[in-house]
Parts: sequence; C-alpha cells; structure tokens
Amino acid sequence: MSLSEQQVTQIAYLARLSLSEAELKDNTKDLNAILGLAEQLGAIDTDDIEPMAHPLHMTQRLRTDEVTEIDQSENFQSIAPSTGNKHYLVPTVIE
Amino acid sequence: MEWETVIGLEIHAQLSTKSKIFSSASTKFGQEPNSQACAVDLGLPGVLPVLNVEAVNKAIKFGLAVNAHINQRNIFDRKNYFYPDLPKGYQISQMDLPIVGEGEIEITVGEMTKVVGVTRAHLEEDAGKSVHDMFNDYTAVDLNRAGTPLLEIVSEPDMRNAKEAVAYAKKIHALVQYIGICDGNMQEGSFRCDANVSIRPLGQEKLGTRAELKNINSFKFLERAINLEVERQQDILEEGGSVVQETRLYDAVKHETRSMRSKEEANDYRYFPDPDLLPVEISDELLNTIRADLPELPVEKKARFVAELGLNEYDADVLTSQKSLADYFETMLDGNEKNAKLCANWVMGELSASLNKNQLEIEQSPVTASHLAQLITRIGDDTISGKIAKDVFKAMWEGEGSADEIIAAKGLKQMTDTGAIEAIVDEIIANNAPQVEQFKSGNEKILGFFVGQAMKASQGKANPKLLNELLRKKLS
Amino acid sequence: MSIHTKTIAQLAQGLRDKEFSSVEITQHYLDRIKQSDLNAFITVTDELAMQQAQTADEKIASGSTGILTGIPYAHKDIFCTQGVKTSAGSKMLDNFISPYDATVSHQLNQADLVMLGKANMDEFAMGSSNENSFYGAVKNPWDKNKIPGGSSGGSAAAVAGGLSCFATGTDTGGSIRQPASLCGITGLKPTYGRISRYGMIAYASSLDQAGPMTKTAEDAAIVLNAMAGFDAKDSTSAEQEVPDYTANLTDSIQGLTIGLPKEFFSEGLDDEVATQVMNAVKEFEAMGATVKEITLPNSAYAIPTYYIVAPCECSSNLSRMDGVRFGHRCDNPKDLEDLYLRSRSEGLGAEVKRRIMIGAYALSAGYYDAYYLKAQKTRQLISEDFKTAFKDVDVIMGPVSPTTAFDLGSVKDPVSMYLADIYTLSANLAGLPGMSIPAGFSNKLPVGLQLIGNYWSESKLLNIAHQFQLQTDWHTQTPQES
Repeated sequence: MSLSEQQVTQIAYLARLSLSEAELKDNTKDLNAILGLAEQLGAIDTDDIEPMAHPLHMTQRLRTDEVTEIDQSENFQSIAPSTGNKHYLVPTVIE
Repeated sequence: MEWETVIGLEIHAQLSTKSKIFSSASTKFGQEPNSQACAVDLGLPGVLPVLNVEAVNKAIKFGLAVNAHINQRNIFDRKNYFYPDLPKGYQISQMDLPIVGEGEIEITVGEMTKVVGVTRAHLEEDAGKSVHDMFNDYTAVDLNRAGTPLLEIVSEPDMRNAKEAVAYAKKIHALVQYIGICDGNMQEGSFRCDANVSIRPLGQEKLGTRAELKNINSFKFLERAINLEVERQQDILEEGGSVVQETRLYDAVKHETRSMRSKEEANDYRYFPDPDLLPVEISDELLNTIRADLPELPVEKKARFVAELGLNEYDADVLTSQKSLADYFETMLDGNEKNAKLCANWVMGELSASLNKNQLEIEQSPVTASHLAQLITRIGDDTISGKIAKDVFKAMWEGEGSADEIIAAKGLKQMTDTGAIEAIVDEIIANNAPQVEQFKSGNEKILGFFVGQAMKASQGKANPKLLNELLRKKLS
Repeated sequence: MSIHTKTIAQLAQGLRDKEFSSVEITQHYLDRIKQSDLNAFITVTDELAMQQAQTADEKIASGSTGILTGIPYAHKDIFCTQGVKTSAGSKMLDNFISPYDATVSHQLNQADLVMLGKANMDEFAMGSSNENSFYGAVKNPWDKNKIPGGSSGGSAAAVAGGLSCFATGTDTGGSIRQPASLCGITGLKPTYGRISRYGMIAYASSLDQAGPMTKTAEDAAIVLNAMAGFDAKDSTSAEQEVPDYTANLTDSIQGLTIGLPKEFFSEGLDDEVATQVMNAVKEFEAMGATVKEITLPNSAYAIPTYYIVAPCECSSNLSRMDGVRFGHRCDNPKDLEDLYLRSRSEGLGAEVKRRIMIGAYALSAGYYDAYYLKAQKTRQLISEDFKTAFKDVDVIMGPVSPTTAFDLGSVKDPVSMYLADIYTLSANLAGLPGMSIPAGFSNKLPVGLQLIGNYWSESKLLNIAHQFQLQTDWHTQTPQES
C-alpha cells in the first residue's frame, strides 16, 4: 500500500489540516515510510487474538447522578478567542 | 407502477438525569447560555469523561421494556467529526457493542396491530446548539446541551407508511415516559425523530436507496415529512431518475425537505473505542433489580384494563397510549371502579373533545381527575343524569367549582321523588290525548315524545329510569 | 555541597534544621534558571514560587509540614495549572491560561511544594529529542550540543542541570525514561492507572502516564507518594491501594531474579551502552541477584504497534484544538472551514500533524482493520509476552535507549527518530511500570539502565533502584558548569 499525494490531501482534510506544496511532498514521503513500518505487523498471526484497547483489565466505574458543577462560564469564556451574548462565536455556518 | 414504502426511525430520547452523561454539570433546560457547560463539556485540554450511573440504568430500563437483549458488556466509541457544537471534535457514542440489543414493540394502526423490531439502542452524548440568527456574521454556540445523555433508539425498517411510523414513534414516546426515562418534551427537543425513507416496486425484496429526514419535532410533521418524501422519490423514479442517499432537512414552514450539503461522502467518522472509558459491565444482579423496579408497562396496563375493568380493546388502547392519560384515568378510578366504563367514556369523550378544542394537553386540563371523578360518582349514584352531567362539566371547565358545588348551586339534583314525577306524567298524559291514542294503538316510538315532554317540564332533572317506568305504567 | 545538588530528602532535612529557608532555596533555583541557557522552562513562575515558598516557610515554622513542604520543582507544561499558561509545548496553546488544575497539580499544591515553572517539552509530548517544542529545543546539560531526550526533555534537563530539585514528567512511549537516561537522572513511569490523568493534556490516552523525575530513587518514592492514587475524575485510574513507596527502599534484594530479554541486546544497540548496562547488571549479581535470559518475541513489533495506536488516539484527542473555545485562532477566518484549517495548521507543528494524519488514516474506512485493529491485537501479544516473562523473573532489565544523547538537529527523518524508542515502548503498550536509573557514562554522556516491573510493583522497582544507588555513585554525578 502506498499513499498518493491526493490521498494525503484527503487525510489532511479529514483532520482539518491544510498542507503547503512542500509539506504535502514531505508528508507523503514520511507517511509512506511510517506506514511501511506498520506493514511489518502483517507478518504476525493475530487471528484469534483479542484487540487490546486498554492496558488494564478493569471495567468502567460509574458516577452517581449528582450536579456538583457550578456556573464558570465567565472564567471559561475569558480564554475564548471570540464570544458574544455569552455564546462562543464562529463564522456563520450555513446548514 | 405500484410502490411500497419502507421506513425505519432513529429516535433520540434525552434521558432525564440530573447531571450530564459524562460530567457533573446540570442538564436543566432553558438556562443562561453556556452556564451549564463545565470543563468536561467544553472539552478543555486534559479533561476526562466519567459515566453517569443513571444514564446506564435508564438505558437498561428501556431495553427491558422492549424485551431486548441487554449487552452486559458494552463499549463506548468515539465518532470523529468537526462541528462547532461538538466541543471535542468527537461524539462519545456506542458503535459495535451498544447497551441495548434487539427488541420489539407492538403498534396499532386502526384495526391492525403489528410488531416493529427495535434494532438497537445506544447511549451517547448530545451536542450543543448553534444559533444562526443572533449575529449577522457569526454562528453563536451554546454548549449547555452538550453532554446531555441521549438514548438513540434505532428501529428495523418495518414500517410501510407514514401512519405506521407515527404509531411507532408515539408508542416509543409513551413508553419512555411510562418508564420515567425521558420527559418526552418534543418542543424542547427531549424527544427527536429522524426517519429513513425509501421506496421500492411492490413485491421487490431489495431495499431502495434511502433518504434520512432530520429536524422533525412533532408527530404531525413526521407524517407530513414522510409523505412528502415518498412523493418526491416516486416522482424521481417514475421519471426514470434515481434517488440519492442523503440527509434531508424538513422545513415545517415551507413544508418541504431539502438536501443538507452532501456530508455523507466527505464524512468518515473513524469510530474507535474511547480510550478514556472502560468497558461497561452490567451484572445479573443489577438487571434483576431494574427488572423488578420496572413500572407497569403500557401493554400490561392495557391487558389489565380489559381483564379487570371490562374495557374493550380499543378503549384500553387509547387510555394507555399516553402515560399522562392513563394516570388521569387511574386517578379517576379511585373509588369509582364500578364506573370504569363510564370514566373511560368521559375521558375519551367530553374531556378529550374539550382539550382538543382548546389545544390543551391533559396535564393542563382545568378539570382535574378527582373533580371529574366526583362528577362520574354523581352520575353513578343517580344524583344527576348523563345529560345534566354535560352541563355540570361545562361549568367545571369554566372554573365554577367542583361537581357537587355546581349541582348544589344550580339545583341540578335529579328528581327521584316518585310522587313529583307522577304528577308531571299525569299532566302530560292529560294534555296530549292524540298521542296517548297513538301509543295505545301500538306506536311504541311515541314514548319518546312523552319522555321529552316530561324532561322539559322537569328541567331535565327527572330520573330517566323512574320516568320511563311511570310512563309505561300510566299509558298502558 | 550546594543547594542545587541536594536531594529532596536532604533539602527537607535542611529546611527542618533551619539550615536554609524555602524562600532561600527557591531564590537560589530561580537565579540559576535565570542564568541558564538550557531552555528547560517554557514559563518561569517566579512570583508564584516566592509566594509558595513563603507560605511553606510559615508552615515549617509552625511545625505542620510534610516532607515535600517548600521543595522547589519543575512541572511539565502538559499538566494544567490554574491561572498559569499551560502550553504543552504548542503554539496552539501559547495563549492558554488554564482555568483549572490537573489532579496532579492539585496534589502537588496540597503537598506545599513550590512550583518554579512549567518545563519545556516536545509539542503535545510527541517526540524523543525535545526538538519538537514551539519554544525551541532544550539542551542537554552534559553537552549543550546534544538533545536531552523527549518528550519530558525540559524536566530532565532542569533536574540534571540543577535548575530544580525534581520535576514531573509524562511517559507515553518512553518520555520519562528516555530523557532521564540521556540526562543521567532517575525517572519512573508507574503502572498505567497509578496516577490520575485528569488535567494532563492527552496525547495517547491508553498509554499516557505521569511520573516523577528525580535525582535518586528515594526522591522518586517520596514524590510518587504525593502523585499516586485513585481519582474519581479519571475512569482509567485504578482503585488500588497506595502503599508508602519509601517503606521498602532498604529491603535486601538478595535472591532477586533479573530477566534480560535477548531482544533488548540485539542489533542497533550501541556497544558502549551495552557494556555499561551489562556492568550494572553485574553489580546486581554482586549484590545477590541472579540473572536469566528471557525472550519477549513480539517486542520487535513495538515500534509499528505504538506508531499506529498512539497516532490513532492522538488524532482524535487533538481534534478539540479547533480555535473555537480556547487556544490559537487564525486571523479573520472567512468561513468555518477556513477557521478550522488555518487555526490548526498554524497552531500545530510538523510532527504533531504527521501523527494526526497517520491516525486519521489508520482509523478511516477500509483501513481500520489493517492498521488500528491489527495494532491492538499485536499489543495484546506484546503484553502477553510480559505476563509469561514475569512468571520466571522479578524484574526485567535492559537499556533505555540504544544510544546516548545524539546531536541536536542530527536526526531528521521521523522513522529514524522513532527507532530511538525501541526499548521503552513495550512497557507503555502493556501498561507496566518502568524506570531509568543512571548506570554509567559513554563518552562523558550518561547511560541509563531500564527496569521494567510487573503491574503495581513500583515499590519493588524503587527498592531495587535504591539498593543499586547505595552501591554506585552514577546518580550523584553532575555535569560540569561552564
């Protein structure tokens, strides 16, 4: 498997990244090299192996249904790039 | 060509927990923008989710209520996409191992009942709200709703027309309120329906290409949107075109559906298990506890109404179609068990008609269940007739007091004194010789005339049973 | 002996004996930081530090103190600190004044520590050389032309360079152990779940684990006592009892069985490094330990496994860096797409973008099974290798890094850089605790010995490391100051 520049552009967009011409070239080379490493995994027989998503065999602990958070919107919005009427603002979204 | 419509529904029910699914912020509706968006809801760097036990319990409740398989080991996944009202850039949801597996629910449309399959139901977090009309050049984002627990209930494509789809949606709507997991408020978005609609030539097995209809916030719109979509697809296919798989937005004002920017192709959600959350394990013990605590389900209540109260299937079905309606009815029954049928008639008759006319929900009824119950009691014990009762009901609706107060104030108590009724009967017979003759020559129908005259004379208060008996006795 | 070469234990004693005050030692460190050219700090919180030192001195005067009261430390800039910039080494968070404290930050505050500042690091902890920081590379105190290791390079350089008594670090694929090794200090990555991840900016959630970076194993035990513990805010933190990690330091290690994985001594390992590591192992034998060759057959696949799993998780974890609620936003975005694309492309560095793209690809439709799922299965195999190994041995030893610190700017392609992580990745994939302790020098550069223990065996690891440090003086060496 080898990624084309066009595929890399698509992947970048999926991750909302834009790449310059030069970055695209470099990344295509690097991503292919890294995926080349991953090809090694093909050599291992993993047919009956459970995938391991977590290092510990624990189960999810559940939280009691209580409200303990207080309104901190002013604090939180003081670090926001753009706010208005207590809302976070982004360029108009057309639906 | 004859077409067959195929509909499947995806229902998002907000679970009525106090706090959010993964944070301890409040889920209260209608608060100051962003006042209930805590660090976790905002997806600040470094924050982590912790699962709310009530969201899990409520999902299990639903699963048990639709006889579904509960996945006692279930997994949370991340659905990755960028949108301003999705703070983390992914939604925590369940993909491969949802909490609720296959189940089913019975629906009734007219005379026909059918079973609709529930494919699955999974837990996920709600997104925030984007407000597009607050600023000219900006979309404003309120994240209060972000992280509200949702149960997404996915049906099999078992519905064949809009009416069935509505019946199914209403059944689920009633059920989630019965079992107390969702307030069902569609205006506030607590209960939302998306419909997957496709058509195929009648007799064909393969499903046609479907469109997903979104933004439907009432049952009426659900029916309209589906019918509109079916027409649109028929037009396309009959003109030799093909339906595109897409998401379409229903616009209730313009009464049209329109394509949302064809996100489908660009979107690749890259689901994978959320490494911040561990597998959820549900013990047999918990399942049994929740099963034991489950309230009477609509289908059970309906069966009981038929078996114990002697209601017919139709009445029992209507009365159990909404929890609020059933609650109202059952409140009336307290002390009125022997008048169950009469209670049913009044709830489904006068009360429903008045509510409809005034566009009120039963919770908003000016006549409370206990007040209406008193009225029924007075009909049952012959204090007033059914006809008078309607006038009393009107007065109650206008807020003139309880049934007993109105009966007393207006002197509407039924005449049960045989002597007094006899006097009226005698006078009518004396004044209507020709009609007496007709009766005697075998015209039974003329009896109605005498009843009418007597009622008029008694201002409707004569006990109908007594009156009938006396009339027959005197006339023959 | 000057203040900046003293251990926590020694400083704590001096504070109690009124030999010096916390204000004095804090000032001493702040002065050294000011004069330093190591670039070990992103933010120096001098005012806050002096305040904390004063408070600490008051507490010491009143007699109500813990061992950490008034000790100055460097906090890796990946831990959220309320009211203090928390950048994670990224331009994206250059303007992020955290509105909340990480659990670890809170715990360290509770211990009355003095935070000197936020330590430099590879952007979002992605890197093995600390060259991926928006704030510039950190220099190795032993040779300023060399890298300090990464991603906790600022932390390691600060401790080795006498700029703080100890530091915090995080380790996703070796980010505590490798810089500790290359800077000649002691670093401990505990069992996954031992220390809360809440407020620690996530790189790869199923691998990230915080830990202490110190001068000695004893200090590491003292700091771990403050950092470890269950946290209700972190679902992956373990409800596991926290022992006193200093309690077993002096136990004998007579009869200890050491496993040497043959895969850790194969091709690619620098001869000098191998020699130093083997010398250290011989030292243990002299102390009564026995050595056994073991095999971790799947550890050869640790690099490809890690470089799929970690990028997958990071591609999703870093999606929140979108310029909407915090962090960098591009100027005058013309629409939403533009806002996302430019804010992220301007705010994130090359290595971070690379890993995000690898992850996005490995999770995408059609490739998930071949990459993500395959890697998670290999991860299981790597983990099982350790389970088998720990049936026969008490601890696994080997090198931390195949070489000593390399020249700044000398490794340019990412794959070669990734190869430097070969010996550290498996412990993260399995979730096991690992340590690096100073074990000698090669060409005047420190060489670390790696210890990998079974789950929850931090006490044992610290005991083994402490016993070694009682017999050797590698850990007391300090770089020459020009």
